[in-house]
Amino acid sequence: MSMQASKTTGIEKETLVTMYRKMLEIRRFEEKVWHLFGRNLIPGTLHLYIGEEAVAVGVCANLKIDDYITSTHRGHGHCIAKGADLKKTMAEILGKKTGYCKGKGGSMHVADAALGNLGATAVVGSAIPIAVGAALSCQLRGTKQVVACFFGDGASNNGTFHEALNMAAIWRLPVLFVCENNLYAMGTRISNVTAIENIADRASAYGMPGVIVDGNDVIEVYRAAKEAVDRARNGGGPTLIECKTYRHKGHSRFDPAKYRPPDEVEEWMKKDPILRFRNTLIEEGVLTEKQADEIDRQITETVEEAAQFAVKSPYPQPEEALEDVFVKLR
Amino acid sequence: MKELTYVEALNEALREEMMRDERVFLIGEDIGPYWEGAFKVTKGLAKQFGVERVRDTPISEACIVGAAVGAAMTGMRPVAEIMFGDLLTLAMDQIANQAAKIHYMFGGQLKVPLVIRSPFGAGKSIAAHHSQSLEAWFMHTPGLKVAVPSTAYDAKGLLKTAIRDDDPVMFFEHKLCYTTKSMIPEEEYLIPFGEADVKREGSDVTVFATFWMVHQALKAADKLSKKGIEIEIVDPRTLVPLDKETILDSVRKTGRLLIVEEDCKTCGIGAEIAAIVSEEAFDYLESPIKRIAEPDTPIPFSPVLENYVIPNDEAIVKGVIDLLES
Ligand SMILES: Cc1ncc(C[n+]2csc(CCOP(=O)(O)OP(=O)(O)O)c2C)c(N)n1
Ligand SMILES: [Mg+2]
Repeated sequence: MSMQASKTTGIEKETLVTMYRKMLEIRRFEEKVWHLFGRNLIPGTLHLYIGEEAVAVGVCANLKIDDYITSTHRGHGHCIAKGADLKKTMAEILGKKTGYCKGKGGSMHVADAALGNLGATAVVGSAIPIAVGAALSCQLRGTKQVVACFFGDGASNNGTFHEALNMAAIWRLPVLFVCENNLYAMGTRISNVTAIENIADRASAYGMPGVIVDGNDVIEVYRAAKEAVDRARNGGGPTLIECKTYRHKGHSRFDPAKYRPPDEVEEWMKKDPILRFRNTLIEEGVLTEKQADEIDRQITETVEEAAQFAVKSPYPQPEEALEDVFVKLR
Repeated sequence: MKELTYVEALNEALREEMMRDERVFLIGEDIGPYWEGAFKVTKGLAKQFGVERVRDTPISEACIVGAAVGAAMTGMRPVAEIMFGDLLTLAMDQIANQAAKIHYMFGGQLKVPLVIRSPFGAGKSIAAHHSQSLEAWFMHTPGLKVAVPSTAYDAKGLLKTAIRDDDPVMFFEHKLCYTTKSMIPEEEYLIPFGEADVKREGSDVTVFATFWMVHQALKAADKLSKKGIEIEIVDPRTLVPLDKETILDSVRKTGRLLIVEEDCKTCGIGAEIAAIVSEEAFDYLESPIKRIAEPDTPIPFSPVLENYVIPNDEAIVKGVIDLLES
């Protein structure tokens, strides 16, 4: 390698290793969830984040504990990247009383208020205005908090996206709109339902910076998010970041994803964000092979513990269905 | 006769109507050749009729319905699919302020021959955003017709009628009914709106039920029959127009009414049915009207919780016995 700056220059080693751990945590967690679903331990449906780990992790690595995120139906990765407890996340996905939402939410609706995760919505695009509101609140309260709003390419064609971006721009709100463009919304190719090539190009129409990044390169995501977070914190307003990425699995656990050409899938598999990051870390001397393997071993163990915890946890009592409709009056 | 599932019956209705009338076209998310509908109702239709007439859209519910309204006003007969009934909320202006009011507000000059298909219902552990039953909202909006087929046979006949109707029709389906089967005649048939179907005759208690609750009531009827109790199950098939006479006739015969509904109790469809029967057949009632409904909560995810809120055959058996003992 020449003397030009390496890929990781300027990013603290600790940050790099934490990002690697988080990405791997999401990957192993999702693999476990996939497995448990196959064993009929997970009710309902499932939308896995495998392949997109660099997006949530690269963004959340720039957030403080009291910064906010909003999440989607494909939300496990967002939760974990924001620091969620794996046990409580897994328990929620299994419908257990010990889960984050006491079994009321499930896979598509994990929230962790204490960590600023304002929750996952399964109505595509409906969290985008909510992120605007949270950012407005940060501005009104005069805190230096910021909001990261995750959503898919499909969501960017809903009216909510357009109303939200405009409003965030006119009020210069501290929010990052993070579009996870995985090229498909269910079986619909984004290019079949969008007349422009890049969703980030829409940013200029609303008067905010729009950035396109390789969403499978966590360092690129990290750097773009850092700039946007800094701007937002300092009153510079919102940014639209489009992360080009790909889901390794089908849309949901039931979808064989036959609508995707095999060579396209193959090409993206080669760009696996975790493999790429691991290689970079090793090449640039941040980790040794052995250390990277050891991290994987530890995480696999932690995920296994989370699964055991969830499987062994009790279901809620049926009557608990009646609780939480309103805030309890004291 | 042939046996078809509810999904296949809907598919056949769409196919036949598209063949019969060139103005009929389908519009919605993932209804085209790549996915063929989230529940496969549009299977094979894009292949047969082309993607112009089986039109995939972006995730833009308000504009799917709005575009369908505009096309309907100007000579087409669109059938819009909204993937889950819960997502109709994103298109409520177009449905409730536009489609429902255009004929009236413009003094009858314009009509909106539009069908909006969408599935309701809980029972699949897909939580609060994918499980609601919101029929009552639409029943409460003048200008909309509301179909609620419980069987494959009804689904086919009602959908064909809906497509030929000159008013906007909210055509609701039920996720758990999709796999149920009926015998379907080879020859064409239509089911008129406003004609309830007595799904089982009986003399002891009238049970009013729609959608999945019809199937639960049928199960309950078998159990009750073994105890010597015969219930009469009235399935309205359309909520607007509502076949009051069949409901009232049944109540006049049995003297008792149990309403079973899969929506929350407060201001649910059952409240309206109970009010109608109280107003028009009070003197025939031998006991108070009883409602079995979901509690006033969102639909929870965990099956333990979800099963608790959805009425089932056991609850109906108990409800009928309670009514007879009161
Ligand atoms: C408003 C709305 N419309 C439709 C759906 C059904 N649906 C669930 S996920 C999905 C695709 C979302 O695609 P995208 O936003 O790209 O996210 P991805 O699944 O690719 O992560 C659709 C159409 C929904 N849940 N909400
Ligand atoms: Mg997508």
